[in-house]
Amino acid sequence: MGSIFVFIILAAVILIAGLLCVTTKRIMRAATYMLFVLFGVAGIYFLLGYTFLGAAQIAVYAGGVTMIYVFAIQLVSKQTLQGLVERIKCSRLISGGLAAFAGLAVVGFVIYKTVLTLNVPEAAPAIEEVSMDKIGEALVGSEKYQYVLPFEFISLFLLACIIGGLVVSRKEED
Amino acid sequence: MIPVECYFALSALLFFIGVFGFVTRRNLIAMLISVELVLNAVDINFAAVNKLLYPQGMEGMFMTLFVIGVAAAESAVAIAIIINVYRKFRSDSVDSITNLKN
Repeated sequence: MGSIFVFIILAAVILIAGLLCVTTKRIMRAATYMLFVLFGVAGIYFLLGYTFLGAAQIAVYAGGVTMIYVFAIQLVSKQTLQGLVERIKCSRLISGGLAAFAGLAVVGFVIYKTVLTLNVPEAAPAIEEVSMDKIGEALVGSEKYQYVLPFEFISLFLLACIIGGLVVSRKEED
Repeated sequence: MIPVECYFALSALLFFIGVFGFVTRRNLIAMLISVELVLNAVDINFAAVNKLLYPQGMEGMFMTLFVIGVAAAESAVAIAIIINVYRKFRSDSVDSITNLKN
């Protein structure tokens, strides 16, 4: 019973911060509101029992990605640091709102139609956290339902991204 | 026990908040932030479906983990490109970027 209150609070935080994030005109505030959304999503993972996932979310997203954004904002808009205000056209606002609302209506209709046909397990399992042993074995095992190949692939991908980022953002000496 | 529909509704709302931001904003960094919102909405769906409908498996959890990794790498490269674009065009709005090579 208590978890439903936690879910409602987390959902309210996520949705309000998300709305403020896309409607605020200052970029720095948008990054700050994104931080709140990321913390809310990490809370959802904790609520579902995925503590490792929540920790990864906080460490990688809230700790790493948000820092990158803050650095980029500081680097890009040196002159107009405080008052970086973006003008949004009213027509674009209306068309974007209509597109988002139409998509939301379609997705909501599909969810409403299909959610009754889902086979939810009858005996509702108690939400318990996935043990670190199981995660570690599944992450580096090579049998069925184990993930050593994507794990290695993502390490290669991160290396490629480091090199790509350095090549793209270096100053051209000429 | 929270029904799975609640997670679906939350995820759909967050997804289309992100889509709305991506369509309306014209600042490159703000558009990237909207993409992050969309990715987080999808992650919520993966984790909730895994836990509430198929609690014996761990596929959704690992999918979310890999999405987090890919998103971090993607935003780092995108920020590198944005800084480079800013050096060249002195602007961070998509409307001012009209050619790749001048």
